[in-house]
Order: sequence, then C-alpha cells, then structure tokens
Amino acid sequence: MDTSANYNYKIVRQFAIATVVWGVIGMAAGVWIAAQLAWPALNFDIPWLSYGRLRPLHTNAVIFAFGICGLFATSYYVVQRTCQVRLFSDRLAAFTFWGWQAVLVAAAITLPMGLTRGKEYAELEWPITILIAVVWVAYAVVFFGTIVKRRVQHIYVANWFFGAYIIAVAVLHIVNGMSMPATLTKSYSMYAGVQDAMIQWWYGHNAVGFILTAGYLGMVYYFIPKQAERPVYSYRLSIVHFWALIFTYMWAGPHHLHYTALPDWTQSLGMVFSLILLAPSWGGMINGIMTLSGAWHKLRSDPILKFMIVSLSFYGMATFEGPMMSIKTINSLSHYTDWGIAHVHGGALGWVGFITMGSLYYLIPRLAGKKQMESVALIETHFWLGTIGIVLYIAAMWIAGVMQGLMWRAVNPDGTLTYTFVESVKATYPYYVIRFGGGLMYLSGMATMAWNTWLTMRGTHAIDAPIPLPQPQRAPGGGIPAPEHA
Amino acid sequence: MEALYLLIPLSLILVAFALWIFFGASDSGQFDDLDGPALRVLQDDDR
Repeated sequence: MDTSANYNYKIVRQFAIATVVWGVIGMAAGVWIAAQLAWPALNFDIPWLSYGRLRPLHTNAVIFAFGICGLFATSYYVVQRTCQVRLFSDRLAAFTFWGWQAVLVAAAITLPMGLTRGKEYAELEWPITILIAVVWVAYAVVFFGTIVKRRVQHIYVANWFFGAYIIAVAVLHIVNGMSMPATLTKSYSMYAGVQDAMIQWWYGHNAVGFILTAGYLGMVYYFIPKQAERPVYSYRLSIVHFWALIFTYMWAGPHHLHYTALPDWTQSLGMVFSLILLAPSWGGMINGIMTLSGAWHKLRSDPILKFMIVSLSFYGMATFEGPMMSIKTINSLSHYTDWGIAHVHGGALGWVGFITMGSLYYLIPRLAGKKQMESVALIETHFWLGTIGIVLYIAAMWIAGVMQGLMWRAVNPDGTLTYTFVESVKATYPYYVIRFGGGLMYLSGMATMAWNTWLTMRGTHAIDAPIPLPQPQRAPGGGIPAPEHA
Repeated sequence: MEALYLLIPLSLILVAFALWIFFGASDSGQFDDLDGPALRVLQDDDR
C-alpha cells in the first residue's frame, strides 16, 4: 500500500482518544480538589492525596494532557488536510505520541509524590522537562516539515496559529525551565526572587496566550467553517488579528505581579498591553461567531455548533474580563481571590474545553469512517450539562472572589482589620460547595463524551483517508485553469 | 531587574523573527488571495 497517497489518521485517532481519556482524569482531579476545599477531610491525611499535591496534578492534567493532546490531534489533522499531504514523518509523529504520554504518566506519578519545581504550570522536575523539550522538537519537525512539503501553495490561516503555538511553547518552556539539578528529583531555578517571578509570569501568561489562545484559535479557524459549512467571515481579519495577537501577548505577563516587588513601570507595561490585547482577541471572537452568517438557524439543531459558538462567547468574556482584571485598581481587589479562579475556569471550561469538544465531535466520526457521533442527542446533553456547570462554577467563584477581596480590605474606623482571614474562609464555604456542584456537572458532561466516543469508535479500525488528487490551481483574479491531471 | 536583560533581548529577537516570517510570507504571495483559501477548505471533502 502506498501510504503517501493517504493521510496519517492513526496518529490523530491516538491523540483524540487520549484527549478524551485525559479529559475525564484531569476534570475528575479538579472535582476532587474542589471537594477538598469544601470538605478538607477528603485528603484522608495521606500525603499523596493532599490538596497541595493534587492541585498541580489537576492543572497539568487539564492543560498538558487534555489540552495539548487535543491540540496535537487537531493540528496533525488540519495541517495534513489543508496542505493536502501526509505528515512529514510517521515515525517522528508516533514518537511525539508515546513521548508525550510518557511525560503525562511521569507527571501523574511525580506530582502526588510531592516532586515539584514549585512554578505554576511548570512544576514538573528537570528530567521530565528535558523529555518535554525533546518531544516538542520532534513535534515542530513533523508540523513544519509537513508545511514545507505541502501541495497547496497557500498556508491556511489555522496553520499559522498552530505554528505560532508550537514555536512559542518551545521558547517559553526552555527559558522558564532553566534550572540546576541537585538530585535526580530536585532542581533549583536558574533565576531567583522577583527575577524568577517575572520569568515565571512571562512564561505563565504566554502559555495562556500561545497554548490556550493561539492553539485553540487554530481549531476555530478550521472546525467552525467546516461544521457550519460557511467560510471564515473575514479571512483578512484572521491574518491581521493573528499578528496583532502574537505581538501583544508577550508583554502582558506582569499583570500577574501587580503590587508585588516587581518594579512599578513593569507592572504598568503589563497592564497597558493587557488592555490593548482586548482588540485582537475580540477580532478573533467576532470573526469566529460571524462565520455563522447565513447559518444561524443551524444552531438550533446542531449541538456541535452550539459548543463551538458558545466557546467563542466564553472566549470573548474571558478576554474582556482579563484586561479588566489587569487594571491595577481592580487587581488590588481581585488578586489572590477566587475571582482569578472564576476567570481561569470561564476560559478553561468555556473557551478551551468547549472548542476542543466541538472540534473532537467533528473529528472523531471521521476517524471512525462514520458520518456523525453514535448519539447526537448525547452531544446535546453534554452541551447543557457543561454550560450549566460552567455558569454555576463561575458565578459562585465571582461572588466568593469579590467577597474575599472586600473582606480582606475592610478596616474599622480605628484602622484595624474588620475580619480575620479565617472568617473569609468560613464565608466562602457555600460557594465552594456550589462550585463543586458545577464542576461535577461539567465532569459528567465529559463522561458522556467518553461514552459517546467509545460507542462511535468501538469495532472500527484506523482508516487513513485518501489524499485528493491535485486540483487545478487558478491564478488570483481568475484565469484559465490548468488541465486536470488524472 | 536583571531578568529584563534576558527578556528584552529575547523579545526583540522574537519580534525580528516574526517580522522576517511575515515579510517572507507576504513577498512570496501568501496574502495575495484572501478569498480563495476560505472557500477551498470547504471544498475539501472529508466525509
């Protein structure tokens, strides 16, 4: 069999299944730690189940496992189909799959053991970070190699977003990962104090900007047009906001460090660029939502489109909320409170989660040689479970967050603090319970996706779809097409 | 604020790289046709 006449669907299939499985695991970890915040006895006095160790397990599982496996699956699919060529190297692609799963399993083992670098979203100790770097280089070679050998001259816009995400992660990971190993399981950051804080949050916010934004906009620009059967609303806008986005994101990091030892001017710089960022972000949101022009009616009956369009609504919300929270005055209330948690989870569950789910619901049937998921009704159920879950989650955390901020800053007429810290903890309890409920609903939605995926894929084998024969390429502005080749 | 001795040069290098990629793409015609590509993805039959 001449494999170069077919796309490599096997790797897409592997990553798609991994995304769903890790999604359930990562979200279950989230529900568990949410329960622990309301009912601390749920750590059972076992170190491996303590909140401090399970929280990074949750964040790593949802970002690096669920999130990035989803980006692997969709980027490998999109780059092949839009370049009309098989992946640059099947063996390297397979290495990225098994290498990445090894990273994730290593994370699942070392984090509950308490082995951590203590850096947010960069907790994994140095041997694992080296493995991440090696896998990532392979990923870049496969992705960009595929673009280089493309048969379509134009590089479709989604690939720009995927490409930027891949390059950015390489730079961010290497710079923030620089550390001096002391033992096999312990290293010390090359940077210290507020210098380390700056590097960490340059990394942290660029992770949001390039993984959680640029990567998923890659999904938006392919899967929304395909599902809606409508072209991108403004292709020109997609290019303009791409370049604006990647320029501006690099400078927003300091908004995580307002009123800390970071120099004032650096904080202000971060604040200003975070506000500017609102424009290119909303450019993407508008472009994605308006792609439904002429097809709004499809939203009534198509739950996959519901996932996709609602994901963009949450994207718009989060990219308005974020700049607002970057304003120092507002940040002086919101920092360290559960408002930050509300913001993250609106973006994570609403934007990242939903666009991944919508894209996978499009992708999975095609990987199984089918027209649609086994149960479309279950997709609709998933959508509503997820949406209601998100709303409960973020509303509870908004209220808790503002309440905490107000309680912490309340002073009596004589200048003493009105509340003790523990009073604010006690007042937060009911909101932790509601948040747990919302997260549980979101997880149950994910469980329906796992079930639906199993129903759809069981008994099927990976079928590599054939690459279409070369189409005559017309010159821009019209012209006589070249004769079609057999 | 020694971290800036790393971050600012690094950002400038990245900006230069991004500009190089952008103008390279623009000069080689990547942005000449802004209507065709949006429609071509829809013509790709992946059912």
